[in-house]
Amino acid sequence: MNKADIALELKGITKRFPGIVANDSISFQLKRGEIHALLGENGAGKSTLMNIVFGLYQPEEGEIHINGVKAMIDSPNKAIELGIGMVHQHFKLVEPFTVTENIILGSEPKRGMRIDIKGASKKVKELSEQYGFDIDPMATIDSISVGMQQRVEIIKTLYRGADILIFDEPTAVLTPQEIIELLEIMKRLVAEGKSIILITHKLKEIMEIADTCTIIRRGKVIESVTVKDTNPQELAEKMVGKAVNFKTEKQPAHPTEVLLEAKDLVVVDRNGKHVLNHISFSLHAGEIVGIAGVDGNGQTELIESLTGMQSVNSGDILLKGKSIVNHTPRNISESGVSHIPQDRHKHGLVLDFSVSENTILQTYHHPEITKRGFINVNARDDMATRLVKEFDIRTPGIDTRVGSMSGGNQQKIIIAREIDKDPQVMIAAQPTRGLDVGAIEFVHQQLIAQRDQGKAVLLVSFELEEILNVADRILVLFDGQIVGETTPETTNEQELGLMMAGKYERGGSSETK
Amino acid sequence: MKLNEIFKRESLFVPIIAIVLGLVLGALVMYVGGYDPILAYHSMITQIFGSTFDIGETIRTIVPLVMCGLAVAISFRAGMFNIGVDGQIIMGSLGALIVGTQIDLPPFLHGLVAILVGALFGGLWGALVGYLKASKGISEVVTSIMLNFIALYFSQLVINQFMLQEGTQRSQMIKDSASIQMSWLSNFAGGARIHWGFIIAILAVIFYQVYLNKTKWGYELRAVGHNPHAANYAGMNVSRVIVRTMFISGVFGGLVGAFDVLGVFKYVAISSTTSGLGFDGIAVSLLGGNTAIGVLLSGMLIGALTYGSQGMSFGAGVPGEIIRMVIGFIIFFVAAPGIVRLLFRPFHKKTKKES
Amino acid sequence: MRKIMKTVLPMVLTLSLVLTACGGKTGTNTGAADGDTATSDKKLKIGMVTDLGSINDKSFNQSAWEALQKLNVDHGYDVKYLEPKSDSEVMPNLLQFVKGNYDLTWATAFTLADAVTQLAGEYPNAKFGIVDSDIVVPNVAAINFKEQEGAFLVGVIAGLTTKTDKIGFIGGMKIPVIKRFEAGFREGIKAVNPNAKLIVNYAGVFNRVDVGKSAAATIYNEGADIIFHAAGLTGNGAFNEAKERKAIGENVWVIGVDKDQSLTFGDDVTLTSMIKKVDEAVYQISQDLAEGNFPGGKVTTMGLKENGVDIASTSSKNVAPEVLKTVEEYRQKIINGDIVVPTE
Repeated sequence: MNKADIALELKGITKRFPGIVANDSISFQLKRGEIHALLGENGAGKSTLMNIVFGLYQPEEGEIHINGVKAMIDSPNKAIELGIGMVHQHFKLVEPFTVTENIILGSEPKRGMRIDIKGASKKVKELSEQYGFDIDPMATIDSISVGMQQRVEIIKTLYRGADILIFDEPTAVLTPQEIIELLEIMKRLVAEGKSIILITHKLKEIMEIADTCTIIRRGKVIESVTVKDTNPQELAEKMVGKAVNFKTEKQPAHPTEVLLEAKDLVVVDRNGKHVLNHISFSLHAGEIVGIAGVDGNGQTELIESLTGMQSVNSGDILLKGKSIVNHTPRNISESGVSHIPQDRHKHGLVLDFSVSENTILQTYHHPEITKRGFINVNARDDMATRLVKEFDIRTPGIDTRVGSMSGGNQQKIIIAREIDKDPQVMIAAQPTRGLDVGAIEFVHQQLIAQRDQGKAVLLVSFELEEILNVADRILVLFDGQIVGETTPETTNEQELGLMMAGKYERGGSSETK
Repeated sequence: MKLNEIFKRESLFVPIIAIVLGLVLGALVMYVGGYDPILAYHSMITQIFGSTFDIGETIRTIVPLVMCGLAVAISFRAGMFNIGVDGQIIMGSLGALIVGTQIDLPPFLHGLVAILVGALFGGLWGALVGYLKASKGISEVVTSIMLNFIALYFSQLVINQFMLQEGTQRSQMIKDSASIQMSWLSNFAGGARIHWGFIIAILAVIFYQVYLNKTKWGYELRAVGHNPHAANYAGMNVSRVIVRTMFISGVFGGLVGAFDVLGVFKYVAISSTTSGLGFDGIAVSLLGGNTAIGVLLSGMLIGALTYGSQGMSFGAGVPGEIIRMVIGFIIFFVAAPGIVRLLFRPFHKKTKKES
Repeated sequence: MRKIMKTVLPMVLTLSLVLTACGGKTGTNTGAADGDTATSDKKLKIGMVTDLGSINDKSFNQSAWEALQKLNVDHGYDVKYLEPKSDSEVMPNLLQFVKGNYDLTWATAFTLADAVTQLAGEYPNAKFGIVDSDIVVPNVAAINFKEQEGAFLVGVIAGLTTKTDKIGFIGGMKIPVIKRFEAGFREGIKAVNPNAKLIVNYAGVFNRVDVGKSAAATIYNEGADIIFHAAGLTGNGAFNEAKERKAIGENVWVIGVDKDQSLTFGDDVTLTSMIKKVDEAVYQISQDLAEGNFPGGKVTTMGLKENGVDIASTSSKNVAPEVLKTVEEYRQKIINGDIVVPTE
């Protein structure tokens, strides 16, 4: 192979952290003008590796070559200088600033003492047109969508002259439509001669867009494969290290009595908008009901109303016939409702707490844990040890800070905690967001197991595949209303997609506006 | 000592080196200013440890700093910034003063009741800040600093109206039965004004450690401090935790006020400014990383420096401004261990290459 | 920048270490001179503890320290001061001098009276001096001033100078010392201008310039053209207010207190000042001690006769000669005892 065709080459990169080898002699080559996917489970070492390339960490061993020349990258500034740009999963933007201001932040073009905003915004506009970004340089960040914000991050790297772009889980925060647009943009970038490293664990995206795929497992490179010669099944098995089931195995549901019932729920937000607009449905023991819909159509309000975290303006919520509407979260939780929250970092966990402190988050006040105001540390640790074992939570110890663990293991802690409460109703919001194939399979099995034990499960998800795979019955939420009801057997992604966009109706009892 | 030790995260050497660096830089300043640094430091050490009286007075200086440090630290741990400790001190003084001057009780009991009422006054003053935050969402920074002034003038008003000592700018003296001076220890320490507060401060440090780490309320407090959303999700009553925490913070402040009245001065002077101890408490709590042992150690450091600095002025004639600079240097380096590491990096790299 | 820091800082630190080491040999620099002009047989050691203000407060602390420095120059006494930073440091600071076997320890404000009383009891062999207090303890010499007599004289000036027949007074706090100022001032005005009205305002604080300024504004707005203040730092606000009014053409004056405040605030707004000669008193009593006549247990009250209070020597700049003549007449009457100025 011609040396000049290699944009970036890693040779034997090794990075150790106390207790683990995050990267174990990793080598791979990024060719000019290709999209190279980096596939691996949560915690496999992908992010560590990319942080090394971007100068945030220093490797203990190994070399980095850029365009065939050995490079020392000791800071992100050095990386940028060498033409490496990183699009982070969590955007690093200043919300009240405009697009242009954000892009030039840190490398402001000066005209004398003044910042040359005009010149900068002209350059941003040119870049935007060149790659089809369709972005307004003078819009403020808080006024544009998440997808647009991501484009700002991309332009930021281009503005600084990046030739190698690293995308860290770029589609995790996007809607299906935005994902399609992003993939288009990435194709155009490589067509213009840029090289891209795509960190992801979504096999579908890899199959669609990547040229090469390097699979990392437990800090080691398993293999680099050409994407067109492989298939998702093979990739998944290489990533997890064992056979993977995509189609979740489950028996038909046997729903019995109604456990949870919502009657004519209305929630009005601060601006007077009916974010929940007369919603009614019921949830039976022994079934999984999926709530499908595009983010922002009332899912958050629905979940928070059901769990007591948001007050309801009118309507009723019945748990086994007893009203729990506008009860406190504690009260509802104690009545037998478990809740896997949508945002595990914001609601589900205290990241600065240890594993054991997080496992008692819902039950710390129970007499088994707290006696006369004092927390029984032994009881707490016993519980944590038991859950770690039962749910196969991978952690160095129960005293480990949860914030330092991988997303999949964090989610396992929440699921373990919520299932261990032995609830009657389980409300799972986006339970697999950001998880890898193996972890997703685990979560789905747990939800189905709950159902089979005669519990009622409400699954709220933006992923159609997940809804179709796991749910027994599907409700479609659009603009605060339930606009459709169906079953996985009688529908498909296209039909659901249309319903989610408010363009098609079926079966639902409520009226459209 | 291996140089590498400096670069370990929890290394004990960093604060020690920081203190040395602060002293060296302070020495430089004194030298440039025309004062003898060695004599000055010698005088400082003598001032702190020179006699039992000095040790006693050093402890007397440390006690309120530790208490104020705990008051600020506990609010930090719950995600709040209590800069109203000064006001809580004033309310504590007022409560203790009222009991000390207006009520007749047997000795010991009188002091105890006065302390408790002082603690209660401070606690309620703190809880008010918590209530305003929890129920109305008003920033505790704003309310607590405004309540400092309200406490100051309210206390002046009450003293002027009911307890003024004729012809002076201070209240009447508390009754002897309300004194909390530990006379046997005081006599042992050459008349230093050691009082029960010394014991209470030790208990407060232990309380802080146990409350935060071993109790249900401490667990709630830390959860609210780290992540109030998750605390709400977990069914905790976040508002109640905030009010409760601010009450405890206020109790710590109120106790300081009570100590001053019952153990040090025996009266409250009408002053146009607050003591500023609450602001020292911020430094103590930050320096101590908001942990019990950290607050204790940083309180001891700042207290010893404060008291010892008087010796620099007496023994070496160093003016107050320069002394405050020297203390500032020491705290600066201790507070910024990164700087210590930065300074030693060249040496570190060299030793690495040689090895 | 970082590179520079890396190379320069260690150098600086090394240098400082060297300098520190050298510093040990260069000797001390305290307030004491080498005593070349000693005249008395015994070199006294005299200490002084300030109130919570600084030694450079342009008032009592500074005056007293100037007296001690003069004693050092004249007689070679060993003199030293300490500035307590909080109320709780007052006692240890006083004690520092006592334990250092100082012959006399001055406390320069009445706020230190409690601490002095207590220590004087515990250490009967130590000697203390206190300014502005009337405590009677065997080993304490207290200095009190007849502020009313000085205030009377500036009252005469104000009464004869006012064009509006309205005169203001700003007091710090309603305590006996300040009430003496007010009483003397009132009597002085009444003696020469019975028609003039006195507007009195007690600010309640001694160290809030802003409060003093608004108090002065209120008084001027009521039509007064002269304000006498006895309010420490608070009174500085009166000067600020007067300056602003002078700039837009109003003919207003302030009468200063304690020291000649025209030196600080200028002749354009300072009509005159009533001065308290703290330095004279401190000097005198310290010398009494050297001569074996320490007035322990006595309150030395210093009025016009004792040269303890006066009007500023620069008064002739703004005060008409005939007014000053009248002032002299009243001074004699007070000294002779023809007039006894009330204290309240």
